[in-house]
Amino acid sequence: MSDLLGYIVTGLGIGAGFALVASGLVAIYRVTRVVNFAQGAFAVLAAMLTASLLGSGVPHGVAELGGVALGAITGLLVGVVAIGRPGTSPGTSLIVTLGLGVLAYAIEILIWGDQPRSYPGVPGVAEVGGARLQAHYLLIVAVTGPVFAVMAWFFARTDLGKALSACASNRYAAQVVGIDVRRMGLLAFAIGGALGGLAGVLTTPVQQVTFDSDVALIVNGFAAAVLGGLTRPGVALAGGLLLGVAQTLVAGYGGGAYQVEVALVLMLTVMIVQAARTGPVAETAR
Amino acid sequence: MSRPVVEVTGLTVRYAGATALDGVDLAVGEGELVALIGANGAGKSTLVKALSGLLRPHAGTITVRGRLAQVPEGREMFGDLTVDDNLRLGGWRNPEGRRGRDTSPIYELLPELSDLRRRRAGSLSGGQQQMVAIGRALMARPDILVVDELSLGLAPLVVTTLVGHLRTLNTERGLAVLLIEQNARLALDMCERAYVLETGRIALHGAAKDLARDPQVTAAYLGGHVEAGGGLEAGGHVEVGGGQEAGGRLEAGGHASGGHVEAAT
Ligand SMILES: Nc1ncnc2c1ncn2[C@@H]1O[C@H](COP(=O)(O)OP(=O)(O)O)[C@@H](O)[C@H]1O
Ligand SMILES: [Mg+2]
Repeated sequence: MSDLLGYIVTGLGIGAGFALVASGLVAIYRVTRVVNFAQGAFAVLAAMLTASLLGSGVPHGVAELGGVALGAITGLLVGVVAIGRPGTSPGTSLIVTLGLGVLAYAIEILIWGDQPRSYPGVPGVAEVGGARLQAHYLLIVAVTGPVFAVMAWFFARTDLGKALSACASNRYAAQVVGIDVRRMGLLAFAIGGALGGLAGVLTTPVQQVTFDSDVALIVNGFAAAVLGGLTRPGVALAGGLLLGVAQTLVAGYGGGAYQVEVALVLMLTVMIVQAARTGPVAETAR
Repeated sequence: MSRPVVEVTGLTVRYAGATALDGVDLAVGEGELVALIGANGAGKSTLVKALSGLLRPHAGTITVRGRLAQVPEGREMFGDLTVDDNLRLGGWRNPEGRRGRDTSPIYELLPELSDLRRRRAGSLSGGQQQMVAIGRALMARPDILVVDELSLGLAPLVVTTLVGHLRTLNTERGLAVLLIEQNARLALDMCERAYVLETGRIALHGAAKDLARDPQVTAAYLGGHVEAGGGLEAGGHVEVGGGQEAGGRLEAGGHASGGHVEAAT
């Protein structure tokens, strides 16, 4: 019983990372219709920079913020390349983000090498209902919750957030009222970059980061995001947490080797069900 | 005609080779009600897009003195946002900033919207959406309102209400209106002057009451063969109510397109 609770809390911590990556994907997709495959790279770059900053004596908090800021800046840059040229189709932009994700590998290896890195997070072990787990998982959950709350408030209550939602709702109408949809797209990329960066910064103390850590993040993040048709951040959050818990349970009771398969199976199931419901796959990809 | 608020000369717009507008001259004076009629595919919506800077003209000039706002064809709601948010976003470019995004004046001008302010725009009827679209355009504090297909797909009673609002805005606020309509009778009845657009060219223009008697106009637009909203374009996005963007929409150009002058009053 206490095992189960421990797995669940640990799973929520891992799932929070997936949820952050997923919500970054959703933020970008809603506004630009681009599936951003460079999303995992934001997390890796942010984590690498945070590790370097901490290593050179920058205090906790500042170093993590630096990582998130790098995520946002990288997001903006990816956005500029992917959608900066007017008239670029979302499909073309997707391919560009794939390419930039690979380019990020080269940059990461050049700067940080190919060895895994980590840094200490919240030290020690916490007890939750008799289960013992790394205390850092609690921090991940405690940060992710408010971040989602702030995002919900931002999109629903502020004029800038409403303008982003307007682009998501009806791009043409957004242009009619004078919203610069390309600028909003770039802003969405920056927000997505920050969310991806936060995922990397938060999860690195419990699972290390290598240049190719983005693969697991993007597979799980995409699986969570696709649950809500890539447009519903609330569903992406739930999906991310669910995936994290499911994987931890599989690893805990079964074998650790099957973790990514859990995400793949879920993602494929969702996509097949959705395709069967709405007809052509293009419906969801549009 | 009073001092023009919009002046278009020699306007030519092409889509990938096909010429949609070919040397169009048109003007709307301050506080004037002007109709633009023409069959489906004549180029009316293309003119609207060029006027609002969403399309870059191939040639010609567009001069806008003051502010222009449009009520787009098909209403183009932000379907999953509330009516109030739809209105608020209409004030996005309002130079008064946050204060300019106060929606309360719109509920005074269009009281029918008061009870709907928390409703999702996508859940409204076509007539209600058209009123939201007008309110949203008014949020930009325009000197001229360009209305693309006011009556399309709406019941006659609803259209009468909308026309009444436009007339009031015109007489009480001096708002100029360029009304684009396939219902020529309605347009010629409401407006002082009118233009007839045929395959990208102005075929006729003059006083509305003269055009209403013109044999050519009567035969083509007021007779039995008014194209009954049949075209491709109408069907596509009349009642969709936003949420999705129509097929081959142009993405190009922000607001500062060539030849488009936007001077403050
Ligand atoms: N985005 C576009 N790409 C190519 N051709 C277009 C586009 N939009 C309109 N057209 C064509 O331009 C012509 C004028 O269209 P439009 O301005 O919508 O006419 P109207 O509003 O009078 O019905 C039509 O022949 C139409 O097929
Ligand atoms: Mg039209």
